[in-house]
This record gives sequence, structure tokens and C-alpha cells, in this order.
Amino acid sequence: MRNKLLAFLPILTGCNIAVFDTKGLIAGQQADLIVTSLLLMLIVVIPVIILTFVFAYKYRASNTKAKYTPDWEHNTLLEVIWWTIPILIIIVLAVITWKSSHELDPYRPLQSEVKAIEVEVVALDWKWLFIYPEQGVASVNLVQFPINVPVNFKITAQAPMNSFWIPRLAGQIYAMEGMQTKLHIISHTPGSYEGVSANFSGEGFNGMKFIARASSSEDFTHWIDSLKHAPDSLTQERYEALAKPSSDNPVKYYSHVPAGLFMGIMMQYMDASCHQKTGMKSTDHACCKKTHGSTPDTTAMVDSTPEHCHRHPQE
Amino acid sequence: MTSTTANPLEHSHHEADEKTSFGFWIYIMTDCLLFATIFAVYAVLRPSTFGGPGPKELFSLPYVLVETFLLLTSSFTFGLAMLAQRKGNKSQLLAWMGVTFLLGLGFIGLEVNEFAHLIAEGNGPSRNAFLSGFFGLVGTHGLHVTFGLIWMGLLMVQISKRGVTPLLSRKLNSLSLFWHFLDIIWVFVFTFVYLIGAL
Amino acid sequence: MFGKLSLAALPHDPIQGGGAASIVLGVIATLAAITYFKKWTWLWKEWITTVDHKKIGIMYIIVALVMLLRGFSDAGMMRLQLALSSGDNHGFLAPDHYNQIFTAHGVIMIFFMAMPLMFGLFNLVVPLQIGARDVAFPFLNSLSFWLFVVGAGLVNMSLVVGEFAATGWLAYPPLSETNYSPGVGVDYYIWAIQISGIGSLITGINFFATIMKMRAPGMTMMKMPIFTWTALCSNILVMMVFPVLTVTLGMLFMDRYFGFHFFTSDLGGNAMMYVNLIWVWGHPEVYILVLPAFGIFSEVAATFAQKKLFGYNSMVWATAAITILSMLVWAHHFFTMGAGGNVNAVFGIATMIISIPTGVKIFNWLFTLFRGRIIFGTPVFWLLGFLLTFTLGGMTGVMLSVPAADFQFHNSMFLIAHFHNTIIGGVVFGYFAGFVYWFPKVMGFKLYEPLGKIAFAHWIVGFFVTFVPLYIVGLMGMTRRISHYDAASGWQPLLIVSMFGVMIIGGGVAFQLLQIAYSVWKRKELADTTGDPWNGRTLEWSIPSPAPFYNFAVIPQVSTRDAFWEQKQQRALRTPDAPVYHDIHMPRNSAIGFMIAMCAGLVGFSMVWHIAWLAALGFLGVLGLIFVRSFDEDTEYYVPAAEVARIEAKLSGSK
Repeated sequence: MRNKLLAFLPILTGCNIAVFDTKGLIAGQQADLIVTSLLLMLIVVIPVIILTFVFAYKYRASNTKAKYTPDWEHNTLLEVIWWTIPILIIIVLAVITWKSSHELDPYRPLQSEVKAIEVEVVALDWKWLFIYPEQGVASVNLVQFPINVPVNFKITAQAPMNSFWIPRLAGQIYAMEGMQTKLHIISHTPGSYEGVSANFSGEGFNGMKFIARASSSEDFTHWIDSLKHAPDSLTQERYEALAKPSSDNPVKYYSHVPAGLFMGIMMQYMDASCHQKTGMKSTDHACCKKTHGSTPDTTAMVDSTPEHCHRHPQE
Repeated sequence: MTSTTANPLEHSHHEADEKTSFGFWIYIMTDCLLFATIFAVYAVLRPSTFGGPGPKELFSLPYVLVETFLLLTSSFTFGLAMLAQRKGNKSQLLAWMGVTFLLGLGFIGLEVNEFAHLIAEGNGPSRNAFLSGFFGLVGTHGLHVTFGLIWMGLLMVQISKRGVTPLLSRKLNSLSLFWHFLDIIWVFVFTFVYLIGAL
Repeated sequence: MFGKLSLAALPHDPIQGGGAASIVLGVIATLAAITYFKKWTWLWKEWITTVDHKKIGIMYIIVALVMLLRGFSDAGMMRLQLALSSGDNHGFLAPDHYNQIFTAHGVIMIFFMAMPLMFGLFNLVVPLQIGARDVAFPFLNSLSFWLFVVGAGLVNMSLVVGEFAATGWLAYPPLSETNYSPGVGVDYYIWAIQISGIGSLITGINFFATIMKMRAPGMTMMKMPIFTWTALCSNILVMMVFPVLTVTLGMLFMDRYFGFHFFTSDLGGNAMMYVNLIWVWGHPEVYILVLPAFGIFSEVAATFAQKKLFGYNSMVWATAAITILSMLVWAHHFFTMGAGGNVNAVFGIATMIISIPTGVKIFNWLFTLFRGRIIFGTPVFWLLGFLLTFTLGGMTGVMLSVPAADFQFHNSMFLIAHFHNTIIGGVVFGYFAGFVYWFPKVMGFKLYEPLGKIAFAHWIVGFFVTFVPLYIVGLMGMTRRISHYDAASGWQPLLIVSMFGVMIIGGGVAFQLLQIAYSVWKRKELADTTGDPWNGRTLEWSIPSPAPFYNFAVIPQVSTRDAFWEQKQQRALRTPDAPVYHDIHMPRNSAIGFMIAMCAGLVGFSMVWHIAWLAALGFLGVLGLIFVRSFDEDTEYYVPAAEVARIEAKLSGSK
């Protein structure tokens, strides 16, 4: 459907529209959703615009031939019609919304026969750190993954709020201090795609971007190897130096990452005493930072807490 | 609306009374929303003690009961003051207002003392989010009571100078509403912060 | 002694210095002109101390238009920067300066342009439409206005002394907390909004009480003009959500000044709570602004189509529905927080539901035009422009409300284009229509129409030239709030087009200023001698233009909707009796509102710079002035019936 629509808009396709020029499963479905909602809305919008011009022209004061009914102020049938039509459209859209909100929930793992790759993402001032916990390597401002393999991003920050966005692969999700968000993607076309922070995070925000490279499995393995031979390993000291504010950082690789670095970054904003008391596998929610989400204000937080704090794990 | 009544002055006073009391009610409603927001914030931050002491360790229920008693009594004595005003008994009115003022002052004194102790023991608002929420909520109520006291003092001066004029009666009515409102808010504070905290 | 304030606070960058100099010179020139023309006494007696809602309304609108120029020049700088700043070229603004500019642009346009323009129109129109002689609390009205002026003053002062927030217009923590924003910018932000916000809250209460308690006899709720209805709903929203804003900013203030942990990342603070709270205020805020615009378009459509408004009941119910729904959708501003499918879907669907009553309104306006006799005055052009742009803005709004799609739109230029589409197409066009429509009632002469139509043409063309490219670059992956981008992105051509669009809008603004100047010059020719220049339908057109200070010599008796229209029909049948005048009860002018606001400004400024003693002094000033006011029982006076008769005779003689 999207391609049909775009065929009518040669100018747009010529412009390299990232949101429609999708290279991944999720972004593709999101683009379809955008086009569907646009078409549904046009059912009302086009008649309204036409009527605006027609009525304005036809009932101009100088056209004394047109009918004039100064006291006509009510017509039940007409009003019922234009309460009903928008209601029907919104019902259709609401059903689509309900389904798509769950199907395209960024927290939902993607079904695949291949084992997913885990990537931990840390938004720093002003660069992105990508940690591959299984491979024990890390990189700055470049993330690579094989095509046709699901990628599970776990995202946090040691910086003001950012938003992790690779328009050609999937919609965005926030990166916040002391919280973990998730994003699942799968790409089917090799290539280098722009990734950005979509949420303003201060002075160096312009340079808060990265490259997301989808490659063949062999390329990916080679790349991981090259990381393992990088000169520096990401020690705690190096991490702390890296976390200091700096703008427009070049791509950098780290050959070794201490286990638990990601959790450590998150836990520095958490209740350390509870951490010692109960250990990592605790299910004692009262200890965790954001729990007891009973008011509407906190419902959002329940899913953003570290996994061991989940009251209602989604998976 | 039209000034056809025999005594336009009286008529306009009545109208102004109604408008003021209506406007003041609306203000009270917005203040309610203000407190509702702070209560919600407190509820969210309540578990975030970060290893620090919780309400159970921090608050002494008997102490707060005395505070509560003072404030509730002051509402009662303000009621007596309003009865005196209706009777037009100036000295009785001033006397009951004085009692109310002292009770309110006692409440604030106890609250300041409680805050001072908490801060001195290292449990100030910057220790953790729970204490921020506590000081934010109880402090906002305390500030309201303080302004109520200043207002009350001012009205007492005016009444002693001018007697119970229609204008001052109108102001007294507003203050009475405000004072009872603060009482109700305190009942909620007492219940949600102290009583449930102690359980 | 002076806290954080030192000479280092003055600007040293040439571009910032230029901005500061223009503000300082503007103020000096204004003061010099007042002194030269010996207008100080006049200014003090007639304007600064006035409690007349019409004069307060005029002052609101003047300040709003000045702030519009400030906010618009910010917009121009942003578009120029983005047109230039590609690849090796980094434009003419450093990132920190650019960040302050977009923050100031948002803050000014919402709080210090749109809000005062709206309150200005409420002040000018609502009491006249309901047949009242003033608002419920005239003194508080003056206080509100001056509190707003002080807030606006603080924002402008930040340009000269210190800096403004560089956080975006809602100042999300943790960015706005001390560790990421140690400067005074966020403090200016907090105090400017806090002070003017208290003014807004008071105005909300004031107008709610006015509409509920001061309608002319016979004007039941369902006979109120639609603009009054929308003003009522807008003020209800003000009362509902401004307390939340006050609390939220108050907590941010406590975090920054006293080390509280409401929104910090560490020690249990909860930044997401700020995001929730600020949008609990922020989403209704846009409906606070747009509902009165809907009301204006309803008045304009009926008046210029010379036909009753179609579907009055529908309009009222739709307005009420929007009022309630607008408070239930705030979370659609952060679907990307990771709240899960259920929460997102519920808020997304609630958002879409708002489009139903809004759509009904659009059909009602269209069918008001249907079988009418449309006179193409300038307000009608704004109405048609609104129907076109707002429908498109509503469409993109519904697209944004689908959470899974929003993941691709959020914080991109698509979002920017969307909300400018609704705010310019809805709010700004609406208020401009209202400005032209009610101008003669307030000033006594019409605005010169041809120039207004040229201005409209610029605005509508400029709007599409500016924002259609922004929709597209948003879909290309451009995010908001960046000041530089790669040449390979391919955005530059579109951003250059967008810059030209802003220049076209600038032409529109210039023609509007020219229109005002020309109309003042030709005011004799353009004079409105009838009091009813548009063949109006509601009560404000039943009195002379400009309205006398007491508005209505005789309070009208209302029996139908479109009360004045009905009166005119009756009058055609029989001549009304000669009016009988009575003494009129009026509030006295007072300088205290002005002085309280000045003291509040002193508190704000010294809090920004951490000058505790000066803040205490300002606060004592506020308290002392309230004491003085409360001792003053002589706040009202009577205009004798004979005097009323004399004024009315003179006014009708001038016809």
C-alpha cells in the first residue's frame, strides 16, 4: 500500500524519505501504519477542504442567485451524519491502534529461528556507547549487527534524557538515567543507516548520532574480531573518562568490557543499600527505585525499571 | 443588576458579597488541585527512601496528634468567632480570633520544631526523594497556615479599629473558609503521611 | 551582596550583544518618547493604574504583539541558521546560543504571546458580550496583567543580564537540574513562568466568576454567545491545570535551590514524574489556547455569512467534550517512554477521540457558511485559511496519535510542523480574526481591509512554504532542536525553502503593522460611527464604539441567542422606549496591582541571582502592599445618572 501511495508522489521518493525508505521489519510495518492512518483521515479531510472552497465561492454575498436561509440553524439528520462518520473512522483507527500498539511494542521480542544478538546501549554526553555483553567488546558511535538476526537493545543513560532512533530500522525509545528501556529490531538489507538521538540533551546534541551498520554474518564476525584486537579495553577508569562531556566523537572500539558495566551504570542512580541487601536477583520491589506504580503518573515507570525490579514482566 | 432598589449601596454590597464568596470558593478549588498534585507526588516518591529511615522511624504519632488537636480546635474556635461576628459582638469576636490565632501559631511552632529536628538529625529534604516529598507536602500546608495567620492578624487589627463592617465581614467569611479548608487538608496529610506511615 | 550577579553576566558575544542592545535601546527609546511627549501622567492615570477591562485588554494585546515580534525574530534566526548550517558551514549561531533561542521562542510564543493575546481578547470581549460593566474582580484583573508583564520582562531581561534556559520550552529534567544546567537560564525560566502563571490562574478565576455571575438578566447558559462559551471552558481548563504547573515548577525550583530530589536522577528523584506533570498542564494548555479561537471563528462565520450559527447545541457539547478529553490525553507526548502497549494504546485512542468533536465543529462552521450570504471581510479570510490549515493539522495530529507510528514521528521535524500547523492555523489565525473583528469596537475605527487581506495572503502562503518542507525533512529523519547537520542528509534545499517561507510570513507581519499604522493615520475615514460595523449579532455591537467606560448605560434584557440581532429585528417593528438611566457603580483605579507585580518582579530577579536580602525585601513589599490594599475601603464610586445621560447624549450626538 505504501509503495502504491509513494508512486503518486515521485517528488517524495526522490528525496530519500528515511521513514518510508525502510530497511527493517519494524520500520516497514510502522510506515504501513502511517500510510493507513493517513488514508483513513483523508476520507474526511478531502471533502472538508473541497466543501470549504465550494461553499465560500457559491455563497459569496454577490451571488444573489444562491439560496439564502438566514434562520436555518439546525438539522438533526445532518448533525447525526457528521457525528457518525468521524466516530466510525475513529473506531476503525482505534482497533488498528490497539493491535499495532501491542504488535509493534518496542519491548516485544521479535520471533526468529536465529538466536538474537544482545546489545547494551548507553547514552552519554554526547555519544553513544554500545556494549556487546556476549562478545565482551564495545564501540562508540557505531553499532553493527548481522542481517536477518534479531537485535535486542537494552538502553540506559548517564546523561540527560536522549532518544534512541534509527529511522530506517525502527521507531525510537527514550534513554534515561537509572532506567532501562528496550528496543527490538531486525534488518533485512545490508547497509549503513543513520542513527540519532531524537531528544535534545544539551550543548553537544548535534553530534549525538551514530551509524547502524547491517551486514552479513561473516562481516559481523570479522568486525567483532577487529574489536577484540582494539588497543584499548574499557576499564572503569576509561569508562569514566569517556562519560565526561565531549562533542562530535569519532568511532572508537574497546577490546574488553568488564562484566556488569551496564548494570553498574544504571545502579549508580539506584538504592545501593538495597542492592547489597538483596543481591542482583532480588524480587523485592520495595528496594528498587521506581516501584509501586499505583498512580497514573508511575505506570510508565514500571516497565522502565531494571528487569529484576519488574512487578509484571511483559515477556 | 439594575440599580432600581431603594438603597443601591446595600444592593451592591450584597452582589459583591456573592461574587467574592463565589470567587473565593473557586480559588479554594484550585488550591485543592494544587494539594492533590503534591499528594500524588508524595505517593510516587514515598517508597524512595534509599536506605534512609521511613515514616515509621521518623515520625512520632503522639507529637503529630498534638499538632492535629491544635489545628482542629482552632477550626472550632474560628467557628465560635464567626458566631460572635453574626451576633455583632466585636470583643467576643476578637477574643475567639485571638484564641484561634494562638492555636494556629502553636501548630506552626510544633511543625517548625519537627522540621528542625529532622534536619538536625540529617534527615533533611535533600537526603532522599521520600523526604523531599514529605517536606514539600507538609511544608506547603505549613506555608498556607502561616499566610492564614498573617491574614488573621491583619483582620484582627482592622476589626479592632473599624468594627465589624460589611467589607470586613466579607473578608472574615473568606478567611473562615480558608481556615477550615486548611483543616481538611491537614486531616488528609495526617492520614496519608503520618497515620498510614506509622502502620 | 549581589549573589551570582556580576559584570560577567552581561553579554560578550557580538550576536547576543546585538540582541541585548536592541532591547536596551528599545526600552530607552520608549522611555525617552514618553518623557518628550510629556505622557507620564497620562500613562499613569489612564493606563498603569486602570482597572477598566477594555484598557487592560488593549495593554495585553500590545504587549503580546511586541512579544510576537520577539518570538518571530527568534524563529527567523532559527530558520536562517538551519538554512546555512550544513556540512562545513556551522551557520552564525553557536549551539548554546541556538539552544537558548529555540527555548525562548517556545516559551515566548506560548506564555507571552498566545496567552496574553487570548486574555486580551477575553478582557475586551467577554464582559461586553454578556452585558456586564466590568469583570468580577477588576483589581485582580489589573494585578494579573502586571504579573504577566513582569514575567515577560524577566524573559527579555535574561537576554541582557545573564542567559536564558537552553533546555527546550518544557525544561525536562535531568537536563534542567543543576548538574546539567548550572547557569541562571533555567532560573529565569522558572521565575518568568511562575510569576506570569499565577497571573494566569487569577485571570482564570476572575473570568470564570465573571461569566457565571455577571451575565445580563435573561442570558441563560444556553443563550450565551459561543465565544463566551469557549472562554468559559478555556478558563475552566486554566483553573484545572495551572495549579499543576505551579507545583511542578515549584518543585524544580526546590531541586535547584535547596537540593531536594523531586526530579533528580539520583537519590530516588523521578524525572519521568516531571514529564508527566508538565504535560498534565501542557496538553490542556493548547486547548486553553485553541478553544477561544474556535469561539472567534463561530462568531465570524455567523456574522459574515449573515446567518445563524449552525448547530449551536452541537458546538457547546463539542466544546465541553474537548475540555474534558483534553485533560485525559497527556501521555501521548511520551509514547516513547516505554510504557507498554496498553498504556500507549489507551492514551492514543483517547487522543483520536478528540478529533470527533473537533470534526463536528468544522462541519458546523461549513454549514454555517452553507446558504449564507458571505461578506468577504478580512476575518472571513482567516476563517477559510483556518479551515484549510487546521484540517490538515488535525489530520497529522491523528497520525501522531497512533503510538506505533509516533515512534517514527516523535521529536522529529514532522512533529514541529504538526503543532505549528495547529497553533498557527488554529490559534494564531483565530486570534488575528478576532483582532480585526473586534478592533473597531475597542478603538472606534476599523482596520484598513485591503492591507489586512494582503497580510493574510502572506501568512497563508508563507505558512505552507515554511512548514510543508518541515514535514518532509521530519520524515527524512531530521530531529528538532539541532543546529547543524551533515551535507549528505539532503535536507538543506528543503530548509532553505522553509527559510523563504518564514520571510514571506515576515512580510505578513510587516503588512499587519503597516495596516495598524495606516488605519490609525486614516482613523477619521475608517471611523465606526454606528457601533455595529459588521451587522453583528451579539451584545457588544449594541453599544457605541469605542465602548464608554461603563460599557452599558442600561443593562440589556436578554431573551434569545444572538440577543442584539433579535433586538435589531424588534427595532425594525417598533421604536424602543427612551432609556431610563440610573447611577452606575464603578471600581476606582488602583496603583497597587502594578506595584505588587513590580515587587514580585524584584523577588523573581533576585531569586534568579541568589540575592536573598533583595528577594526578602521584594516579598515584604508584596505583603505590605496587600496590607495597604486591604485597609482601603474606598475602592468604588458612583457615576450619577445625570452624568450617564450626558455621556450617552454626547455619544449619540456624534453619530
